[in-house]
Amino acid sequence: MMIQYDIVIVGGGPAGLAAAVAAKESGCDSILILERDNELGGILNQCIHNGFGLHTFKEELTGPEYADRFIRQVTDLQIEYKLNTMVMDISPERVVTAMNRDDGMFLIEAKAVILAMGCRERPRGALNIPGYRPAGIFSAGTAQRLVNIEGYMPGKEVVILGSGDIGLIMARRMTLEGAKVKLVAELMPYSGGLKRNIVQCLDDFDIPLKLSHTVVDIEGKEHITAVTIAQVDENRRPIKGTEERYTCDCLLLSCGLIPENELSTSAGVELSRVTGGPVVNESLETNIKGVFACGNVLHVHDLVDYVSEEAKKAGQTAAKFVRGEIAENGGKVITLHAESGVRYTVPATLDPERMDDLLTVRFRVGDVYKDAFVSVYFDNERVQHKKKRIIAPGEMEQVILQKKQLASCPDLKTITLKIEAQ
Amino acid sequence: METRELICIGCPMGCRMTVDLDGEKVVSVSGYTCPRGKAYAEKEVTNPRRIVTSTVKVISGARERVSCKTAEDIPKDKIAEVMAEINRACVEAPVIIGEVLITNVAGTGVDVIATANVR
Amino acid sequence: MKIKLLTPNCSLLTFGRKNKVFDVMIIGAGVIGCAVARELSKYNASVMVVEKNEDVCAGTSKANSAIIHSGYDAKSGTLKAKFNVRGNEMMDALCRDLDIPFKRIGSLTICTDEADIPALEELKARGEKNGVPGLKILDRDELLEIEPHIADGVVAALLAPTAGIICPFKLTIALAENACENGVEFMLNTKVTNIEKTDEGWKVTTTKGAYLTKAIVNAAGVYADEMNNMVSDQKLTIIPRRGDYILLDRAVDGYVRHTVFQLPTALGKGVLVTPTVHGNTIVGPTAFDIDDKESTATTAQAIAEVTEKSAISIKALPTRQVITSFAGLRAREVGKDFVIGEAEDAEGFFNCAGIQSPGLSSAPAIGEYIAGLIREKYALSEKETFVATRKDIPDPSKLSLEERNELIKKEPAYGTIICRCESVTEGEILDAIRRPLGARSLDGVKRRVRAGMGRCQGGFCSPKVMDILVRELGLSMEEITKSGGDSTIVIGRTKDGDE
Repeated sequence: MMIQYDIVIVGGGPAGLAAAVAAKESGCDSILILERDNELGGILNQCIHNGFGLHTFKEELTGPEYADRFIRQVTDLQIEYKLNTMVMDISPERVVTAMNRDDGMFLIEAKAVILAMGCRERPRGALNIPGYRPAGIFSAGTAQRLVNIEGYMPGKEVVILGSGDIGLIMARRMTLEGAKVKLVAELMPYSGGLKRNIVQCLDDFDIPLKLSHTVVDIEGKEHITAVTIAQVDENRRPIKGTEERYTCDCLLLSCGLIPENELSTSAGVELSRVTGGPVVNESLETNIKGVFACGNVLHVHDLVDYVSEEAKKAGQTAAKFVRGEIAENGGKVITLHAESGVRYTVPATLDPERMDDLLTVRFRVGDVYKDAFVSVYFDNERVQHKKKRIIAPGEMEQVILQKKQLASCPDLKTITLKIEAQ
Repeated sequence: METRELICIGCPMGCRMTVDLDGEKVVSVSGYTCPRGKAYAEKEVTNPRRIVTSTVKVISGARERVSCKTAEDIPKDKIAEVMAEINRACVEAPVIIGEVLITNVAGTGVDVIATANVR
Repeated sequence: MKIKLLTPNCSLLTFGRKNKVFDVMIIGAGVIGCAVARELSKYNASVMVVEKNEDVCAGTSKANSAIIHSGYDAKSGTLKAKFNVRGNEMMDALCRDLDIPFKRIGSLTICTDEADIPALEELKARGEKNGVPGLKILDRDELLEIEPHIADGVVAALLAPTAGIICPFKLTIALAENACENGVEFMLNTKVTNIEKTDEGWKVTTTKGAYLTKAIVNAAGVYADEMNNMVSDQKLTIIPRRGDYILLDRAVDGYVRHTVFQLPTALGKGVLVTPTVHGNTIVGPTAFDIDDKESTATTAQAIAEVTEKSAISIKALPTRQVITSFAGLRAREVGKDFVIGEAEDAEGFFNCAGIQSPGLSSAPAIGEYIAGLIREKYALSEKETFVATRKDIPDPSKLSLEERNELIKKEPAYGTIICRCESVTEGEILDAIRRPLGARSLDGVKRRVRAGMGRCQGGFCSPKVMDILVRELGLSMEEITKSGGDSTIVIGRTKDGDE
């Protein structure tokens, strides 16, 4: 016997929660959130530092507090959820197979599915770091869970590879908990983390940040005892003679996040080669009808506030879809094209009929640009040209498109976003 | 006259700013691009403050640690003292989000509060 | 499902037994030591396996190509040729008995130059002489039909249909477990430090005390020379040869269907590209002779080498989807062949030394042969209670929905996924820990049920697996290791300073 819901949301982190609240507020009453962990909130629960919610709540919250705001809305709105429940499969017909210890394995027929599974960290193996494979090497998020949730210290002499925000945050956390963080090495010539984190997590504690550096050797047969750091050239190859050895009992890796789309693939969802997330249209709908995506499973965000905003939209459009209020997919499709420094856009296509009055297009750039312009072209005509003092790969950027402006261009085929010097 | 160098945290620009100080008084700020940078520099050199986040031991709860924060920012030079008090603190479950765990931590006049629930 | 507890005749000895004399002591619990142990468990004899690591399958057996060679490669008349062909023959029945996966997917040895085809023919002739069935040379068109992603430069290949793939962890662990259930004792975390001949038999001194035994089987891998040289004047020298590998994500599917070797040329030996029984793709190995018998560190150069060479065999293999790289040490003896049998000048000391490739393929045959020698020499009688079969840890993903729900109803732990990348349930992990010779570390769990073996490499599940190990073994988090010894994961609690 198959259980039926209007909307099944895969993942009870910030994206899933915001999508659920928005769908409910849009009038959908049959919603089920499936969460694999033992509580709602997702990765926010271990992000105990402050800095969340400035856009959404106009105050500075910690991760668990930000999650709690949404969890309370979910409980107040009496939205159903199941914890400790793993989604095993999603079919193209939107049959969701899930499992937990109480219900066993069960099937749910959903009118719409919202993918909100988040992302995972790039592990050591995927980085091809040579050397031994001893204990004491953690992805920064695993260490964060051990320290903040379980209360265990992974080491007392720490080297961090990668200056993503989790790495920077963990440099401060480990220091506050009594460890010595010897340095943060970053492969790229710039940090992927926020300036504020570099100052408040590294500079405050005199932790050196070495840009254009990487780990070239790991010592220690059973437990890590030292790493060798070397400078890299412009092709990111280590430069001979620049090696420096650091003794340590812990190496943390903060080298990038990968959207977790194995389930999406099982449903036949097409993924972007750039983001690793689904290719979506203006409604955040994937190529599979009725399957929507939001949050870090769609593309890795810099701020959770943007995740919530995006997820709200996914929840609203999914609710509309269930009620049959949005036009069938397959009308006029305009392609969004990323060019000259713009790495990708979300969404990747839009249907001017289906879009809201205002559509936020989010994107990231591939390099650091100073005093450059973000330009939008309708076919060959430049329609937006906005100067920015700085654009950096670590921060998500956006442009807003207006429905009425699109309506005045009936023959429009391609919208191009690019970074221009002039 | 003292000169201090700092990096602005307002945006990815990371403007390198120079502040000239006469004792506690800011004489001049240079290197900033926008007014936010100037304001940050003035505050950072005269009264740098931080919110401290950490965890506190929990007795007989579903978890053995609860996350916490200083309810407001505290002087930067008090971070170590605040952490020492947080490390000594201990709370009995259940803990409710927002509950005061330490009052007037390290004499700062600021409380340390729980940022999560523990059953 | 009922979880099996340690059977009384199967205890993990961690203390010395002063008065006990063993019939046979086996040094090393790799695939060879465990294969000998399992064969010996068919007879009435007291057998003890001594292993320096915290788990079986922790040396050469854990890091290799995970393939079963057909047997054409070794020179005719060598022990390698003999045991490989016999081992290959035995593999189906053995894997059926042990309930582990073995797939005869066949191997292809490719060449990229028409001028090398005679060399393929030579290999084919050698194989036929060795007794390898079904060898055939394929031209490019025939090759494309069965291996569509073969690289453009490939002109021909030797097909060996009896070659196969296996999980070396599962094979070794299953052999050990079956031996254990049939009465063989295992002493882990125990290093042999000295062997001497006494009037009462061999005296084997270990880090956990000294023992007397009638016979010794030397299956000490890269240390087999040291063991042999303590008792024999016919000295052995093992120079470990490091092999680096990369393992690709399961998502890299369908690029390669056979084990694809490269015909050795003047430019070098080449690397193999093969699917694994778990659906990953493995590429490697390199070959570096090294001095240090523990030096399993990979190098950037080696990883680059295997990555580049894979392109000679397979077109556009997505090597960027690597999930881990690792290195193993082949126990290569300078005489190049296996050294198998009783040492001439040390009665009762049986060597299984110099077991490099095709060691995994040969293991069952070496076990059968050595056990046969010992049975004969000591006139061992057959054990009537010997049970040849064991059941592997059940894989719930192979069950139907109804069967799976049945299992979860009986044992709810099968309803909780711990490792999301490989879909491993808590039930499987509990089984891996509670079995005879069960897992005691993260790597022990990983090798038995693949938790942490997937694309996130344990990022999400390792804290959860640690919790389970703590609960099951009655240890503290600080005592849990990655792989025994000093490989602890956490150093202590936060907020510990003022307690």
